Amino acid sequence: MSSGVDVNLENIWIKFGDFVAVREANVNIKGGDFFSFLGPSGCGKTTILRAVSGFLNPSEGRVLIGGKDMAGLGPNKRPTALIFQNLALFPLMKIWENITFSMEVAGASAVERRKRADELLDMIALPGQGDKFPSELSGGQKQRVAIARALCAEPDVLLLDEPLSALDLKLRQHMRTELREIQQRVGITFIYITHDQGEALTMSDSVAVMRAGVIDQIGDGHAVYDTPATPFVASFVGENNVFRGKVSAINGDEATITSNRSGELLSKITPTAVGKMKVGDDAMMFVRPEMLQMGEGDAKSTISAKVLNEEFEGNTYSIYLEGEGGKQIKMAMPNLGNDPHKAKGDMVSFNYNANNAVVMPAGDLASE
Amino acid sequence: MGKSNRYSEFIRENKFLLLCAIFVQFLAIEIVLLVLLMPEALAPFIEIIEGFGLPVDFFIGILVGLWVLSVFYILKFYHIFAEFFRNNGVVMGSILFFLVSFWIIFLILLPQVSMLDYSLHPNPLNLDAGERADEYTLKNYKYLIFGPEGASDAFNKVDLKVFVRTIIAAMAVTIMNLILCYPLAYFLAQSKGGGFVRLLVILLIVPYWINEILRAFALRIIFAPSENGLINGIMMKMGLIDQAYDFINADIALYAGLGYAYILLMLFPMYNVIESLDRNQIEAARDMGASWTRIHRRVVIPHAKPGIASGMTMVFMLSAGALAAPQVLGGTSSLWFTQLVYQWFNGTLNWQAGAAYAIVLLVASIVIVLFFMKIFKVNMGDIGK
Repeated sequence: MSSGVDVNLENIWIKFGDFVAVREANVNIKGGDFFSFLGPSGCGKTTILRAVSGFLNPSEGRVLIGGKDMAGLGPNKRPTALIFQNLALFPLMKIWENITFSMEVAGASAVERRKRADELLDMIALPGQGDKFPSELSGGQKQRVAIARALCAEPDVLLLDEPLSALDLKLRQHMRTELREIQQRVGITFIYITHDQGEALTMSDSVAVMRAGVIDQIGDGHAVYDTPATPFVASFVGENNVFRGKVSAINGDEATITSNRSGELLSKITPTAVGKMKVGDDAMMFVRPEMLQMGEGDAKSTISAKVLNEEFEGNTYSIYLEGEGGKQIKMAMPNLGNDPHKAKGDMVSFNYNANNAVVMPAGDLASE
Repeated sequence: MGKSNRYSEFIRENKFLLLCAIFVQFLAIEIVLLVLLMPEALAPFIEIIEGFGLPVDFFIGILVGLWVLSVFYILKFYHIFAEFFRNNGVVMGSILFFLVSFWIIFLILLPQVSMLDYSLHPNPLNLDAGERADEYTLKNYKYLIFGPEGASDAFNKVDLKVFVRTIIAAMAVTIMNLILCYPLAYFLAQSKGGGFVRLLVILLIVPYWINEILRAFALRIIFAPSENGLINGIMMKMGLIDQAYDFINADIALYAGLGYAYILLMLFPMYNVIESLDRNQIEAARDMGASWTRIHRRVVIPHAKPGIASGMTMVFMLSAGALAAPQVLGGTSSLWFTQLVYQWFNGTLNWQAGAAYAIVLLVASIVIVLFFMKIFKVNMGDIGK
């Protein structure tokens, strides 16, 4: 297997007529990384993937794979292999013919192809299934065949377009681990497209979060989850409680906002916004449901609210609260065997650690 | 267990006998209706039965026996019928059964059987000595192969040549249409421009609102072998040729007319199957480096095979059996086999020989289609899709 090569997107713009699908994308993907583009449908992530694979040409900017400019090279000339959302296995070819189609194209003999197919079938743990047709395999097996087919061409970069979205939850979780293992074994660069933040966070070395054609943030899972760069990232990746207000005090990398309905709240400023906020600015503060705990804390990080509802989700309890002025707040508590059991309508106080909350200039949230 | 499972079980177990039993039931109903409503229509059947030398009563006895047997056989599969009637309602179920059997018996079986019957009788207008009009004979078929008795040739060279030429020409027309339609069908099915493509499809259909014979005459005008002809006129005006080219006698007009007459029957089945091909499969093949010819050979054509087979079958069958185009566009020296059939029926009033010729053409066409389906591994069921 070839080792991973870098993929660089330099100032990519992709336009369809007047519509700008991708705006000024600059991404540097390190060789051998598992890199994800995460975003809601229609945000342009698949468009970027098609530009990398060569199915479309960016209107502006360059795609570099292994330092080489890919301009003018079709998908068949690039060192990439694409796994489609619906896998696009050839239904009328046997599994081994599917897997080795790229070798057939290159003119390899049937004996060679058969041998290679058997090796790859062993790798994806489907030994002896080469003579079946795709329709005879289960969803997860087809998935693995699609991976083997893409790897057969020995690409430098493997592109995956939401390949797990058609699988059921259990299988999806299993395939996440498996994909990650395969990636580490073959060591090539994976570029993964998904709208599922769980997939992006569990598998990726790096995640680019996209919104309406713009890359909002690039970073590892922790960076994206713990220190989101924009309100969109904060609300799209995982669940978050948002408090809107105006900045009332700034102290280094900490800021206090006067929220519209919940009083003074203290939190860290997200790293990308440090030094860019000033008193009086519109701001948004985010606290994750699992960062909230019951009880009084510091005055600037305590909120009181009425219990609306409690949901038991197995590993967690979700508690829905209504703060001052109808402010909806969600709190998540791990199920430790003791039901927090708050009666509906109870008034409670809860608090958070200011280090676990981030504030940033106000902006668009991800739509529900 | 849903209804579809029951029906598929029904088909899987291949209950041919049961189908026969149902058939007998409806045959019985229709015979009774026939006896009640138009007894004179039964006369030819009684004639046939008597032709076998059997008394009619004996035949009725056999029918009644069959009917009783089939009733018992059907009762054995009561649950399937109960389910059919439960799903469709008793009234609707009965109507469906009646319509289907009416269709099979009166529109498919009886016309063919009566043609076959005709073809096995001598022509009453010129009987040989000692021959009876109601006796069975193979002389009409013999005539096609060996010609009139006492002729100088051992075989009926003229008619056989026309027959072979018709079959080969129909194949040529089919292949020509395939070559023309495949790229067009692919373009229509896989292009993304919705409105433009729909307009193109409508433009293709509009000429077919006109009667086939009128279309043939329109082509005759286009190909006319004088300066009045559209093509000849234009070419002569442009100074490309001095003398009008005889498209008619060169059979160019005939092939163009036949190809044009059935081109949509080739285009639409292919268009439908290619449209159902997942575009990602083409892109996947391209991503793996496949050239356009390989993509078509390995991905598109295998997928489109049922549509191609369906289109080729229809075009072949219909152009082998076409009459209007050969009649209007054919050259003086080239006869189409259907024109021979037409001559037998209309010219010499020998319906018996005409029926024999028609049946030979039908059987030969079916055999050829089945043969090619076998070679290219197409299932009968795929064509019906």
